Amino acid sequence: MSDDRRMLADMLARFLADACPVEARVDVAYAAPWHSEAAWTGLAELGAFYALASEEAGGMGGTGFDISVVFEALGRALCPEPVLPTLLGLRLLAAAGRHVDDVLAGQRVAVGIGEVDAPYDLDGIETRAEDGRLTGRKSVVYGGAGAERFLIAAQNSGKLALFEVKAKDAQVSGYGMIDGGPAAEVFLDGAPGELVLADAQDALEDALDAGALALCAEALGAMEVVQGILIDYLKTRKQFGQLIGAFQALQHRAIDLGIEIEQARSIVILAASAEGAPEFGKRVAQAKFLVGKIARLVSEEAIQMHGGIGITWEYPLAHYAKRLVMIDAQLGDTDWHLERLMGALSAE
Amino acid sequence: MDLNFSPEEQAFQAEVQAFLAEALPAEIADRVGRGEEPTRDDMERWHAILNEKGWLAGTWPAEFGGQGWGPIELHIFEEECAKASAPRIVPFGTKMLGPVLQKFGTPEQQAEYLPRILDGRDWWCQGYSEPGAGSDLASLKTKAERDGDVYVVNGQKTWTTLGQYANRIFCLVRTKFEGKPQEGISFLLIDLDTPGIEMRPIRLIEGGYEVNEVFFTDVRVPVENLVGEENMGWTIAKYLLGHERTNIAGTGFSVQALAQVKALARQVKRRGKALIENPLFAARLASVEAELEAVKITNLRMLSKAAAGGQLGAEPSMLKIKGTVIRQELNDLARRALGPAAAPFPSEDLDNLAIAPKGHAQNAAGYFNNRKISIYGGSNEIQRNILAKGMMRG
Ligand SMILES: Cc1cc2nc3c(=O)[nH]c(=O)nc-3n(C[C@H](O)[C@H](O)[C@H](O)COP(=O)(O)OP(=O)(O)OC[C@H]3O[C@@H](n4cnc5c(N)ncnc54)[C@H](O)[C@@H]3O)c2cc1C
Repeated sequence: MSDDRRMLADMLARFLADACPVEARVDVAYAAPWHSEAAWTGLAELGAFYALASEEAGGMGGTGFDISVVFEALGRALCPEPVLPTLLGLRLLAAAGRHVDDVLAGQRVAVGIGEVDAPYDLDGIETRAEDGRLTGRKSVVYGGAGAERFLIAAQNSGKLALFEVKAKDAQVSGYGMIDGGPAAEVFLDGAPGELVLADAQDALEDALDAGALALCAEALGAMEVVQGILIDYLKTRKQFGQLIGAFQALQHRAIDLGIEIEQARSIVILAASAEGAPEFGKRVAQAKFLVGKIARLVSEEAIQMHGGIGITWEYPLAHYAKRLVMIDAQLGDTDWHLERLMGALSAE
Repeated sequence: MDLNFSPEEQAFQAEVQAFLAEALPAEIADRVGRGEEPTRDDMERWHAILNEKGWLAGTWPAEFGGQGWGPIELHIFEEECAKASAPRIVPFGTKMLGPVLQKFGTPEQQAEYLPRILDGRDWWCQGYSEPGAGSDLASLKTKAERDGDVYVVNGQKTWTTLGQYANRIFCLVRTKFEGKPQEGISFLLIDLDTPGIEMRPIRLIEGGYEVNEVFFTDVRVPVENLVGEENMGWTIAKYLLGHERTNIAGTGFSVQALAQVKALARQVKRRGKALIENPLFAARLASVEAELEAVKITNLRMLSKAAAGGQLGAEPSMLKIKGTVIRQELNDLARRALGPAAAPFPSEDLDNLAIAPKGHAQNAAGYFNNRKISIYGGSNEIQRNILAKGMMRG
């Protein structure tokens, strides 16, 4: 890791430990507005979002490794702040050559791609634009509750295009997620939209891949914390007059998790290194597939090896476990990405 | 072996189905079918309906108000109930304490408590586990010291399921501190209204409330509330465990969950097609269905052995492991089928927003909550230990 990135990682870790400690998150992330306005402002003031955009776009980073560093830190802290939509938004706005100063300064943007019948599917988008007015519904828009503006993917003159819609021009129904954080349903009924990109297919694919990489890094950070919590527990919980970590049945499983997490780290590094290269999509698909699988394994096994305590609200592990499982439902699950890889195989 | 039920068993099955179709209130079945916890009122109503039919405690002998059902009839009854989305019968009175009192209780205890279990005047909960005594139950510390004609109870129980609705708790307590830990445990009935008892809720992972901590400070319990003899609690607990192990595979719940996943996968779309046509998803579904078919037969094989008077050794442990893993996999498939639509925190608003097909908003919550089924009642690791012990002995 470069010195700059190490500094960024340290700074973020210190800030997040202060601004969203896990104990406080347990309340903040599950009640409207489902995140902390103060933590959000703090992240913006810290300049964290600059790491998500390239210099040409007005930022100071934007590479795969910059994205990973930020999201791994967010994952370690189990931070519910809606940074993912900011990353997607920055990426899309940059592709359109737009100014991103306000987003870098902390303006909340959310990106509406998925729909009820096409949660991950760019080909299945039915929202349409006619004469600059949008009609359709975007479902489970991450960060949608509280966003000031939306970037909406819609069919327009036979192409997939990107529009900007102001929150006040759409009907936004916000809610919280089972793993914390804000989302929304966005209903567009002839809502005025400003065309941002007339042919947005490539930009959307790239943004989704960058987002999937971010999620993988977030999961990696969270998995490492879970592994730490688990090992501490195995070294303190006693049953039958001994530490439960003395039972080989549990030792081997805890070690297997460690092995899988190393695999996750490797594939995330590979995907991050491919950012900007032609094979980025394939690497991201490999990463999201593996990480989705491993994240579920890690959370289920960690809960099981804790016994009842692992499924209590009061115990931070439970919230990490929820995030880790639900990350699979964002921007394509393991099956979705495995199919991408299978498709690429038959094209080889 | 014959894989079909006998004609009498089939007739019984049809009778249960007809009864459920008629007597199970639709709004309760709806709620349970959606994966929501039945309300207290739901459970009380359903118990009363079953009691009127004489089926609330079907395995109890007729003299105590039951039907004297054997293991196969019980199995048929419970499978059909699960498939029809009936609320589960709260087991603490009917399946646990009832059989214990019938075997170890005094005639006074039987006369006092058994009718009250059936007619709903008493709601029992189970006070075994403690913060330091989970898998290793024998290390429990809650103590009961004799003082004239009362025991004075001090200590803490935890994970007390539905304790918030209960008026009584049966506890394992320590009455002797020397010797082997198993030999100093007694089985005590405690009225939750007794001064010195405090119940505190424990919130679970998905946000729901079904378990509690119970604190006992100088709680005075009459000695006639002791079941069996002093220091005989471990024997009673082991006897009870045998009863707890019926229906342990929960295949009825899995059959119902499988039907739900299939219905969901027909409604939900990916890449323009119904998810059920997606080869990866279909492969997962087909393979768990095969596993479920096998465990159903494994279950029946063991039941017919028990019905023929054979001793079940470690077999229930096998059923528990397989049954829970299959059910959890089905829960995972439902969550997975919904994709992002599984993510919202369940609330009434969500039904109005129709993010997920109607009745499926609870799937992720159900998946997380059901991590419990491989932990409670003896974790899957403990079941493996039991199986391994049997193997090394045999
Ligand atoms: C939702 C829920 C409801 C419950 N309801 C009740 C109730 O109503 N009444 C009641 O009395 N109790 C109840 N329980 C408690 C339940 O029985 C215990 O949680 C269970 O026995 C496990 O104990 P523990 O949670 O303390 O885990 P521990 O015993 O601390 O186990 C932690 C981990 O170590 C493993 N482990 C322990 N010993 C060994 C070993 N020798 N070899 C290998 N692995 C081992 C376990 O399998 C587990 O993975 C409930 C629990 C839950 C979660």
